[in-house]
Amino acid sequence: MLHIVACIKQVPDTKIIKMNPKTNTMDRASAPAILNPYDAHAVEEAVRLKKKYGGIVSVLTMGPPPAVKAIKKCIELGADEGYMISDRAFAGADTLATSYALTKALEKIAKQRPIDLIICGKMTIDGDTGQVGPGIARRLNIPPLTGVNKVVELNKEKGYAIVHRKLEDGYEVVKSQLPCLFTVEKDINDISFAPLPNMIKAARYQPTIWTADDLEDVDRKQLGLKGSPTIVSKVWAPPKPEGGKILTGTKEEQVNELLSIILEKKELFS
Amino acid sequence: MPEKFDCIVVGAGPAGTACAYELAKAGVNVLLLERGEYPGAKNVMGGVLYRKMMEDIIPEFYKEAPLERPIVEQRFMMMDKESAVTFSYKGLEWGREPYNNFTVLRAKFDQWFAEKAVEQGALLVCETVAVECIVENGRVIGVRTDRPDGDIYADVVVLADGVNSLLAKQLGFHREWRPDEVALATMEILKLDKNVIEDRFNLEANQGCTIEIFGDATKGILGTGFLYTNKDTLSIGVGTLLSGLIKHKIKPYELLEYVKNHPMIRPYIQGSEPVEYLAHLIPEGGYHSIPKVAGNGVLVVGDAAQLVNAIHREGSNMAMTSGRLAAETIIMAKEQNDFSESMLDQYRMKLMESFIGQDLKKYKDATHHFESFPQYFEQYIPMLNRAASQMFTVDGASKWEKQKKIWRDLGSTKQKFKLARDMMKAWKVMK
Repeated sequence: MLHIVACIKQVPDTKIIKMNPKTNTMDRASAPAILNPYDAHAVEEAVRLKKKYGGIVSVLTMGPPPAVKAIKKCIELGADEGYMISDRAFAGADTLATSYALTKALEKIAKQRPIDLIICGKMTIDGDTGQVGPGIARRLNIPPLTGVNKVVELNKEKGYAIVHRKLEDGYEVVKSQLPCLFTVEKDINDISFAPLPNMIKAARYQPTIWTADDLEDVDRKQLGLKGSPTIVSKVWAPPKPEGGKILTGTKEEQVNELLSIILEKKELFS
Repeated sequence: MPEKFDCIVVGAGPAGTACAYELAKAGVNVLLLERGEYPGAKNVMGGVLYRKMMEDIIPEFYKEAPLERPIVEQRFMMMDKESAVTFSYKGLEWGREPYNNFTVLRAKFDQWFAEKAVEQGALLVCETVAVECIVENGRVIGVRTDRPDGDIYADVVVLADGVNSLLAKQLGFHREWRPDEVALATMEILKLDKNVIEDRFNLEANQGCTIEIFGDATKGILGTGFLYTNKDTLSIGVGTLLSGLIKHKIKPYELLEYVKNHPMIRPYIQGSEPVEYLAHLIPEGGYHSIPKVAGNGVLVVGDAAQLVNAIHREGSNMAMTSGRLAAETIIMAKEQNDFSESMLDQYRMKLMESFIGQDLKKYKDATHHFESFPQYFEQYIPMLNRAASQMFTVDGASKWEKQKKIWRDLGSTKQKFKLARDMMKAWKVMK
């Protein structure tokens, strides 16, 4: 049976988060924790593929205990099973250590039920790196397909997937072996309105929670802060853009003024 | 086949959550439906939570619930354009256990309360709107939600869906409320430094104050303004009967701006930053407006049942107690496996015997009386202010003279009789 695992993360809602002007860090208490929007599309796609081809959708996350809420959200969207790795040993992980811990959890899940496909969101809205998905693929030694915005075909028997990858000037059609890993764009699907039975299931659902000790063959030096070579030297909020100039007067005057501005700054257009 | 619960409660406000909490505690399989993203997301009140009725449900809740400040002082201002006659009671005993009441922010409190119900075993499903009751052979057997595969069944449905209660209306329990049966309250939450709040309101840390404002706060329209202290915010608002707003052609937010800029109020809120703007209808029809509250397989609680005492600005306490009484009735009905109207009607009897029925009965004509006779707010409050000003202004005139002036200010003999008669009538509807 087809087994798809979506890797998800609970993030602060950066649309409304406040920055602490003194320390230049995010005031995480100022924003509610939500399921990373890209990951919601990853779960939605996994559920759509399940509906089309049959199978099972699991979700996996790493996070503190309240992140169970994000897993419940995925159950609402139609995921069947949820796994969470939660341990102080994982705290402070950068993308390298995160992909390591998630890979160890994926290996454990795969022992219970082999995995055919892993789907991640393109990136998280709090980190914006987009590195964890490809990091997992590299560690599992499976092909990473980033920027997927359409799944054309999934064929478990013959072991391949055909997808569209979004490029700057169009898309490319790629055929890959299974298992592989997708990271998905938001335009891959629209999130469906969850049916009531899913909502009730989610309200009751308790995910499987593993600590670092529950994972096998773990090199603790590669976990959490210890396993994170990334150093954030400075974070700052981008300066607010200066207000533009609004042209007034008759249409003719406006066009003339616009033309003279363009001519004056013509080096910008060369 | 959709799942069947023992009970479905529609709406996770104080009434619905109290009901779900009590049911779950008794081992009843209860589903609590909430339309908001989380309980409290869409709920509004001025901000006073009464300790006693909450403690009837969760003893010593104040040790862990997210409360703002225990109220130690209640002030009442009879306000004119640039004066006010104020009286107040401040009692430090209210600042100690077991307390009297607290200011709360509903977005936080309701969420906490619903979590407590979930801990007892209630199943909470948010972001789901119950659009109608499913009725079969004259009894309610479940609700239809707005979600796909959204029908869900239960032995009994509790409607705690708030002031407009579309579900109770659909069942024919009540008609559309008249504009004189509902008040519209608009309020803002203003951020202000904790120490500044304590200085301005003469409070110590963990003490709170409420101010109810009558008269010019509502430009003479029947209603009240309020100003409550939270931890590091103030709640300021104004509520008037919808009929009053219509009659005077005033927009609710204009009234709120008017209060905020009133010279008697402005100094309290100076330098604060608005962080939230809220508005909600309040059922203020009182005793005469209480709809049918029990039917075959269905009960109505809280605002949906018009359980608000407008004179004493009590509502959340009545909501909680009604939810608790509904739960008691359902537990009894479950024991006898009888969810008929005649069985569930015991809830109405319990309600009427409790302080809810008694208090609403006591003031059954009060709102309507003041609504019909606008002179109380329009004329008598300014008159009271003029009298106080006359009496306390030291200008060389003798006190005899001053009393004469005040007496003259009451108007002609005919007007004085009218005033006396109005005071008698007010006493009669309030006593």
